[in-house]
Amino acid sequence: MTGLALLIPIALGMGLFGLAAFFWALRSGQFDDMDGAAARILIDEEGDGLP
Amino acid sequence: MSAAREALAPQERTVLVVPGMHCAGCMAKVERGLAEVPGVSAARVNLTARQVSVLHDAGVTTPMLVEALGALGFPAQPRAEELAPPPSAVKPLLAPLGVAGFAAMNVMLLSVSIWSGAGGATRDLFHWLSAAIGVPAIVYAGRVFFVSAWGALKHGRTNMDVPIAIGVTLATGLSLYETVTGGAEAWFDGTLMLLLFLLAGRALDAAMRDKARAGVDALLRQAAPGALVVGRDGTVEWLAAPQLVPGMVMRVAAGERLAADGEIVSGRTRLDNSLLTGESAAVSAGAGDVVHAGTLNLASAIDVRVTAAGQGTTLAEIAKLMDASGQARSRYVRIADRASRLYAPAVHTLAALSFAGWMVLGHAGLHHSLVIAIAVLIITCPCALGLAVPVAQVVACGALMKRGIMVKDGSALERLATIDRVLLDKTGTLTLGRPLPDPAVLDALGTEAAGVALALASHSKHPLSRALVEALAGRGVVAAELAGVLEVPGQGMSAIWVDACGQATPVALRRPGEATVMAAALDIAGRPTWLIPFSDRLRPGVSQALQALAGLGVEASILSGDNAGAVGEVARATGLTAEAAADPLAKREAIGRLQGAGRKVLMAGDGLNDGPALAAADASIAPGTASDVGRQAADLVFLGDSLDALPRAIRAARRTMAVVRENFVLAIGYNVLAVPLAMAGKVTPLIAAAAMSLSSLIVIANSLRLVRAAR
Repeated sequence: MTGLALLIPIALGMGLFGLAAFFWALRSGQFDDMDGAAARILIDEEGDGLP
Repeated sequence: MSAAREALAPQERTVLVVPGMHCAGCMAKVERGLAEVPGVSAARVNLTARQVSVLHDAGVTTPMLVEALGALGFPAQPRAEELAPPPSAVKPLLAPLGVAGFAAMNVMLLSVSIWSGAGGATRDLFHWLSAAIGVPAIVYAGRVFFVSAWGALKHGRTNMDVPIAIGVTLATGLSLYETVTGGAEAWFDGTLMLLLFLLAGRALDAAMRDKARAGVDALLRQAAPGALVVGRDGTVEWLAAPQLVPGMVMRVAAGERLAADGEIVSGRTRLDNSLLTGESAAVSAGAGDVVHAGTLNLASAIDVRVTAAGQGTTLAEIAKLMDASGQARSRYVRIADRASRLYAPAVHTLAALSFAGWMVLGHAGLHHSLVIAIAVLIITCPCALGLAVPVAQVVACGALMKRGIMVKDGSALERLATIDRVLLDKTGTLTLGRPLPDPAVLDALGTEAAGVALALASHSKHPLSRALVEALAGRGVVAAELAGVLEVPGQGMSAIWVDACGQATPVALRRPGEATVMAAALDIAGRPTWLIPFSDRLRPGVSQALQALAGLGVEASILSGDNAGAVGEVARATGLTAEAAADPLAKREAIGRLQGAGRKVLMAGDGLNDGPALAAADASIAPGTASDVGRQAADLVFLGDSLDALPRAIRAARRTMAVVRENFVLAIGYNVLAVPLAMAGKVTPLIAAAAMSLSSLIVIANSLRLVRAAR
């Protein structure tokens, strides 16, 4: 039982952390341009052009 | 660096629409190219909306940015205010989906230990924990359904959300009661999972609509919404269409569309009215002639005095007619709603019957009877049913979109599946709607002459020159070397051609002196003049597409606003029957007659004159090159030249509906198995959770077969 008292808060805490991260992503506009996000990873950035 | 610059000059943000961006390469080119423009501090592309947002100094103007993008090979337009992206449908659903997912997973974790035998104080603790996570999550994530169900009940109607809301509320209430009294079974896990699956279905449905709308909006924003206005003192200024007022004089260059109705003040030209009337032959017009918004100026620059703008134009008349035409569509009831009309009363009757049965016949007591009735409600909650339609439609729309066919919403697919009659507009739909050079003459030109023609044409923005460049470049012609290229507006191009031996010959690509057809003349000194005729051509693959339509049991005919002669020619070439010289009202009435005879009509058209017909038909499709009105009124928009899109879309829609019906059978079949168990009082939360997930997974797997629906 003492194990549970430790493990359940840990499990819930991790879940809540994930949920908070999701909400943060939602608020900071990371779901605004899904196609662009998928394509952006393919852009080569060889240290040029970016401010 | 950029921070220092920001401190020096006030920054402005401009949003430009760049419809030509498709991939990572385009994004990088646009972002880096704009960043190199002096005064621009940052540029960020939104690929979904096909827009780029530019942060720049106040000194940088929009035309400068458009020009910079043009130099990179991306035509761009400032975003029109009224076309700002509509509020997304999927975004408000994401947060409830996340909460439902989090809560369902954590409660399931606790439930698993109860199912595997936790008892006594541990079980009570887990029930309390589940309630602490579950109740707020259910209230938050279930709001979508509660609000919609309440809205329906208030008006004395019922929808899919009513049984969901009742089931969720009762199950939550019972679970709370069980938790407080230390009972054996709580249903928080099943309730949350139900909400998760249903929200996933909703979110998919909304995501599909968002995606299609983004694609169509990107096309819509391409339309040139304005004109160059000539002031009294000779200054020229670009004004957006809503700012045009009667009395202004606008200068319309060759290749531009008129932004308002008016009267020609000076200049002579040929005008293409096909978008407005369906008339394919260009008409010549000079000072004093009346011209309409939407007309394409083909030959040379004209000055037009605006007589009507915005709401006063012929366009507005057509828009009024369209408003009155959308009845067939507003009467249509989506299949999910039709199903729930039958389903909701059946479910509630079953639950009430099992409650009464156990109370009266089974002498089970109030508590036990209530538990059984609620188990029936939960097990019959339309979880798989809620996924049955949206998942199938999302997969099919994704497949169609990959083939360049954009579907505006799911109900369009449902209506398209019932089609048994097609009406095709001629200009712009059966034909390409733009002048193309005669391929026989291009074949006869020979390498040298073709090279000269390509080189000359590539220096001009005239529509005929553009068409010639496209056709010759497509044939692999290499441009000849020219010197001293000169364009005389309204006349043509002239230059000196330096051939391989270094010999210089004067050459010209010009308007033919007197030609009855649309044509360009190619002069090469010392050789006979070539006359290259231009005409509108049938889209590639028309005959295969028509055969495929016949194979699907769909009868096709032509309904055109063009004159009988031009329509007859196309009718002979395609073997279709035709009705010519139909104005917008006549087109709408033709559809009304067919609908009156019990036919389901698909209208395929592009022009403004097709708008009312597109809105009146049971389903409608427009090519991507169509007018704004056409694209807005149509349910589906197809890109590319080929008419294959029609049979392909109909086939995919029918296949989608077949899968949707299979999904219903699967979802209801599961209920037929599970309901007797629930009514007999044998269903535990474990069985409910397993059955719900299994039936949802089967429905999703079945829908995924539609990935290849658009082949």
